Amino acid sequence: MDTLNFFVKNHGQILQLTLEHLWLVGISMLLAIAIGLPLGILLTRRRALSKPVIGAANIVQTIPSLALFGFLLPAPWLGERADRLAITALALYALLPVIRNTYTGILGVDSGVREAARGMGMTDGQVLLQVELPLALGVILAGVRVATVITVGVATIAAAIGAGGLGEFIFRGVAMVDNRVILAGAIPAALLALGLDLLLGLLERKLTYAH
Amino acid sequence: MNGSTMSQSPETVIEFRRVSFRVASNHLLLSDLSLSVQRGETLVLLGRSGSGKTTTLKLINRLLEPSAGEIQVEGTSTLNWDPIRLRRSIGYVIQEAGLFPHFTVERNVGLVPQLEHWTPEKTHARAREMLELVGLPPDQFLSRYPRELSGGQRQRVGVARALAGDPPVLLMDEPFGALDPLTRAEIQREFQALQKRLRKTIIFVTHDTREALLLGTRIALLEAGKLVGVFTPDEFLHTPDPLVAAYVDAFRAGNGNAKS
Repeated sequence: MDTLNFFVKNHGQILQLTLEHLWLVGISMLLAIAIGLPLGILLTRRRALSKPVIGAANIVQTIPSLALFGFLLPAPWLGERADRLAITALALYALLPVIRNTYTGILGVDSGVREAARGMGMTDGQVLLQVELPLALGVILAGVRVATVITVGVATIAAAIGAGGLGEFIFRGVAMVDNRVILAGAIPAALLALGLDLLLGLLERKLTYAH
Repeated sequence: MNGSTMSQSPETVIEFRRVSFRVASNHLLLSDLSLSVQRGETLVLLGRSGSGKTTTLKLINRLLEPSAGEIQVEGTSTLNWDPIRLRRSIGYVIQEAGLFPHFTVERNVGLVPQLEHWTPEKTHARAREMLELVGLPPDQFLSRYPRELSGGQRQRVGVARALAGDPPVLLMDEPFGALDPLTRAEIQREFQALQKRLRKTIIFVTHDTREALLLGTRIALLEAGKLVGVFTPDEFLHTPDPLVAAYVDAFRAGNGNAKS
């Protein structure tokens, strides 16, 4: 009851921080897709690169998020603004699932289908756009979905460097030893993750051809 | 470049001149192959798995490039052809058809016309025509997806797709290999009738002696990357060559069992 009252009283701020959170996640994901998708495609063309690149993305993901924010702090242009820094770090985290799923999704396309496409006289670009990407779309979107859910969670830590988002409530609540404040950050963040997961799942089902 | 002159009898469409193909591991998949294919014939490449049949086929539409020697298509080395033009003028049918699972039958069949920028009306009409040609009622099949077809129907769509651009040459890589015996016999008969009408130049890969004898005007036998010889079906049945005889024996034994 107490918590509910707190929510009602602070609904304006909760909404504002939720939007801020969504913005951090959205921009980071766009960035991760803009880099990860072409990179994943490139790796299917230059397979020798796949081990080092996916390995590097893997290592980035093992760095504790708080440490990654800290590492990026002294970087010249990035360190100037907290949101810039946060978005960069979040995009780096989201990169691995996007790259990996693009890569495995395209390689998973039936080799007979690929062979037929080339044999019928499709150019490399046509094979990619008309055959490989549409058939790999389900796997790629699954990667985006996983990355988005991870990013919603990690983005709460962005508040530690002053980038805003729902983490502000969580950090404040921990400092004040007040569960109501923690929950004001944690519950919307969890709902956001669930909602985005659901939404992307629907998109996945809609865009993927039925087997 | 694709000057398909309508001239008369024995005219070479495809010629292999001392062609070898080796893979990176230096293993020779095809060695010193010389072979020519005449216009309008069905040349069957017969041999066991790994004998180089599929490699030979892929060298024709430049999915592979020779390590030595050259392949001429319509008098021009494949390396001097634009690979995209070359492939669009050669129909290609593979085992399990290789249909695009996310395309309807209509889009699958209309693929080459679409790539060649035919108008939608012309492409649609062509898809209908091709389906009728392979014995599938267009109204029933145009809007279906490959997963909604039986193996035999998929293979028919594969043939229709390969013929849609009206290519003078057709490459077929064990097209009927995955079908049950009854469907297989049925589709082989239809294919024979189709070939009588269309008179395409066909290179047909199989490991099935019966199919080779039934469909081939000539049979090229490959063994371990080497050409053993080229025979008419009649010559094939009567040649003293021990390897050919082994194929014929196995074929007759199979037939004998089937009859008893």
